[in-house]
Amino acid sequence: MNIIVCLKQVPDTESQIKIGSDKKSIVTDDIKWVMNPYDEFGVEEALRMKEKFGGTVTVVGVGPKRVTETIRTALAMGADKGVLVNDDALNGSDSIAIAKALAAAIRPLEYDVIFTGQRGVDDDMGVVGAALAEFLGIPQLSLIIKIEVAEDGKSVKATRPVEGQALIIEAPLPVLITAQKGLNEPRYASLPGIMKAKKKPLEEKTLADLGLNAGEFGSAARKVKVLEITPPPERGGGKIVTGETPQEKAAELAKLLHEEAKVI
Amino acid sequence: MFTPTEEQQMLIDMMGKFAEKEIAPNILQWEEEGKFARHIFDKLGELGFCGMTITEEYGGGGLGYMTYAMVLEEGAIKTGGGLGFLPLHLAAATPIEAFGTKEQKEKYLTKMTAGKALGAFALTEPNAGSDAAAIMTSAVLRGDRYVLNGAKSFITNAGEAELYLVMAKTDKDKGANGISSFIVEKDAPGFIVGQKEKKMGLNYISTRGLTFEECEVPLANRVGEENKGFLSAMYALDGSRIGVAASATGISQAALNAAVSYAKQRYAFGQPIANFQIIQFMLADMETETVASRMLAYRAASMKDEGKKIAAAAAMAKRYATDTAMRVTTNAVQILGGYGYMKEYTVERYMREAKLLQIVEGTSQIQGLVVARELLK
Repeated sequence: MNIIVCLKQVPDTESQIKIGSDKKSIVTDDIKWVMNPYDEFGVEEALRMKEKFGGTVTVVGVGPKRVTETIRTALAMGADKGVLVNDDALNGSDSIAIAKALAAAIRPLEYDVIFTGQRGVDDDMGVVGAALAEFLGIPQLSLIIKIEVAEDGKSVKATRPVEGQALIIEAPLPVLITAQKGLNEPRYASLPGIMKAKKKPLEEKTLADLGLNAGEFGSAARKVKVLEITPPPERGGGKIVTGETPQEKAAELAKLLHEEAKVI
Repeated sequence: MFTPTEEQQMLIDMMGKFAEKEIAPNILQWEEEGKFARHIFDKLGELGFCGMTITEEYGGGGLGYMTYAMVLEEGAIKTGGGLGFLPLHLAAATPIEAFGTKEQKEKYLTKMTAGKALGAFALTEPNAGSDAAAIMTSAVLRGDRYVLNGAKSFITNAGEAELYLVMAKTDKDKGANGISSFIVEKDAPGFIVGQKEKKMGLNYISTRGLTFEECEVPLANRVGEENKGFLSAMYALDGSRIGVAASATGISQAALNAAVSYAKQRYAFGQPIANFQIIQFMLADMETETVASRMLAYRAASMKDEGKKIAAAAAMAKRYATDTAMRVTTNAVQILGGYGYMKEYTVERYMREAKLLQIVEGTSQIQGLVVARELLK
């Protein structure tokens, strides 16, 4: 079974995010970059499938040179090879353009299953998985927490949590699955895995290599434009409910919830 | 300077993530319960970290000491003393790698690197610590076995470990040149593990005494030549002092990080206490000394990797980094004030742990002696 995992490099969630002077981007100078956690679930699931059914795991990333670190991390976890689409013309692309680049990089490869994270934890768009499936003309199963491959290896049954219930859906291979938290517990890269990662093949491709027109990428080609990034509002001060007795305090609290907060 | 390579960075990141997720959230509870988290050692074994510096031929990671120092430092930044069992495990493994027979390496070393056997390094005795040549435990050859008698104290990992590298006198008239080292298995006849010591800190790591009563050890378990055991002990200690220096640097960094973030958030007299110059100077000293510790630790590590003699380099790194850790953690507690004294805020734990580092693997005073001896010879 050949599996492809799409990787996005995102700021570590512990990084302090500063908004840039253009108010449309973030300052990337001091950011620690990590693998998008939802993609990590995809890598783990791909490795488990490979362990069970054999085949190869290829990781594909789009972005600047630093994304090789994230690809190497997946290789250290056990993936077999990596592809990085790196082209200056990609800077500022939106999710649709990224999906287009991924589709072009993936099309010549053999695959039965493609994983993406259900969304990137940086801009929370959640578009790439669906768009990529569309460009490749394959079914997509989104927000999946459990996967079973059919005995004949021709289809998968997947579980999506829905409002406390589980929706079980089925699709023929090849299929695109977007990974949701709960799918698995990603492994740590082992020391020998890390030492071997550097020797594994990692191809770098430009848009021209993939036969793509650079004009369809980058900020100018965005269908979704960022107008402004604003920090979350500062938290206002709390209110201490006063009163002599618990009854008085409860009455005061009820009054405040009703009249000020207007929640009851 | 000393910028990690891509591989070193991946190893650092892996250890950081592991330590942060698997160790840090539980360590206070383990300390209170006096529980050694064996599963952490097991897991690090599966991940290939229990034999980091040992050759790949025997299942180790084949890493240089520079990388080892960086990885241990990161572990200490995230957990303080949480990886404290590891340098001592390696102190037992290293002489087996350097001086042991092929059979010993196949039988014991491969288990240690795979995390299937935890090692302990048994040199210190009730009446011989810094003066290691004064140990009294004796080993007498009888036929195809040695018979050991005597006692060891403050042995890290004792009681949890499967394998003990034990130094004993094979010629009691000869001081340092009468010591041999032996691999003792935990169920060797006449080998008795003492009560678990209650310590000021690091109670999640087992420390116990050992007693040898006519303890029989096969001749084949002597590591290196007879009466050359002191050499292997000193060899192990050089490497292990780099580990302690790196861990101490990590503890300093962790305490400093806590102090910096607290100083920025804590208001007094209408402003963050970080605005006060007295706090700024404390932080500046803590940072400077932490960086200096790191440089000394990395210097000793890179000299070791270059095959140079490192007795003095390792001794000064160990002494400076651990004395610094004591100062930095004490000042971190001071900056956090009342909160700093509370267990919830962790810096008090770092302070208790730093104290041990000034004592283990040769006290600060002994390190000074080693440096002076090199200087004056």
